[in-house]
Amino acid sequence: MADATYPDDLRYHEEHDWARIEGDQATLGITWYAQDSLGEVVFYDPPEVGATIQKDSSYAEVESVKAVSDVIAPMSGEVVEVNDALEDSPEKVNEDPYGEGWLVKVRLTSPEEAETLLGAAEYRKMLDR
Amino acid sequence: MPVQYEGIREEHSAVRRHVGMFDVSHMGEVEVEGPDALAFLQRVLSNDVARIVPGGAQYSCLCNEDGGVLDDLFVYRLGGDNYLIVTNASNHQSDLEWLGRRSREFGVIVRDVADRFAMLAVQGPHARQVLGPALGIELPPRFHVARAQVGGRPALACGTGYTGEDGVELLIDPEVAPRVWAQLLDAGVVPCGLGARDTLRLEVCYPLHGNELTPERNPIEAGLGWCCKEETRFIGSEAIARARAEGPAEALAAFKIEGQGIPRQGNPVLRGDEQVGVVTSGTFSPSLEVGAGMAYVKPELAEVGTEIEIDVRGKRRPARIASRPLYAKRS
Repeated sequence: MADATYPDDLRYHEEHDWARIEGDQATLGITWYAQDSLGEVVFYDPPEVGATIQKDSSYAEVESVKAVSDVIAPMSGEVVEVNDALEDSPEKVNEDPYGEGWLVKVRLTSPEEAETLLGAAEYRKMLDR
Repeated sequence: MPVQYEGIREEHSAVRRHVGMFDVSHMGEVEVEGPDALAFLQRVLSNDVARIVPGGAQYSCLCNEDGGVLDDLFVYRLGGDNYLIVTNASNHQSDLEWLGRRSREFGVIVRDVADRFAMLAVQGPHARQVLGPALGIELPPRFHVARAQVGGRPALACGTGYTGEDGVELLIDPEVAPRVWAQLLDAGVVPCGLGARDTLRLEVCYPLHGNELTPERNPIEAGLGWCCKEETRFIGSEAIARARAEGPAEALAAFKIEGQGIPRQGNPVLRGDEQVGVVTSGTFSPSLEVGAGMAYVKPELAEVGTEIEIDVRGKRRPARIASRPLYAKRS
């Protein structure tokens, strides 16, 4: 597993989730810290395409051998795509949490929520506390 | 003991394929000694203690009068009238009190010796070939115990384990334990945590006290009738004889999820709209690469192949009763 990284182009939620905002859409996933705490992910239970997800609420589950964890939505929106590749290779969440390990793509319903999220430096600072 | 060092799957596979070690020093030890040691142990333990030869080992249940399981444990016969019991950590104090109270009518001393031992479980197909040379000791055959010198101090090597693999459990002086751990690391033994300990034992369907075994369940329900010898008239034997004759109200069964989902302790077992049981242990099985576990179900449903569903946090996951063990070693 690679060392801790927190890319600058992402916005972060305190519950260890990230959003990559592109226009009115965003790709969501869990942070390096989240996957490291969880351990090897063996199962991803995604929402359905078309489902509505609410900022600060659980929208999916990721599960390691030892525990299951709710995934908290950093922003609200409608699910337009889920990462189907994780069904066969859930370990991508560990190997590449910001790339191939993305969880869902959403059409944002409240793009202004981005302002409440943390930048990479702020998120790192929060982890250090 | 941490949940994991490098990762549960890696540690799990080290034990299945090579050799891993667990620091299980939290386990308790109780020494039983005296002219009535055999008679006393025969009274409190479910198995036939008279069958343990000097240097032998045996699995047993410690039961209450109702046949409920207070603990499950290994007994090692160190000498003529000298036995060592290894208890589960969370039951150690209550076991001691139970044994102490019942020892009064016997010529026997029950001694808490948990502080004298650190315990390292070295497990896996290569455990013996690595361990013997690394520590320069003779290893006992399976289900036997041998005295040894480890780190210059008296120690016990026990041919037992909780993984379904061959291996040795070392009872050593706590002072030398860090050095022995380091020696074994150098010899290539992979450190393993509680997470792998649980997945390994679950794949071979070894029960865990607190999950499959409780004071409210008897050994017959748990499938441990084989280690209950009612003719020895141990405490609880009458209730257990009844349960054996009448058949248990529920039976412990192993199951595998068919498809996605990971069962966890406490998940309801369903058939149609009826709850027919409850999961006692569940995990993702690293060897089978599927969700699997054990559950108490109505006896007629415990047949291999029976279709059930597991309610995993509100989602129904199709599953099927599987034969025990869930994982069988390739020979």
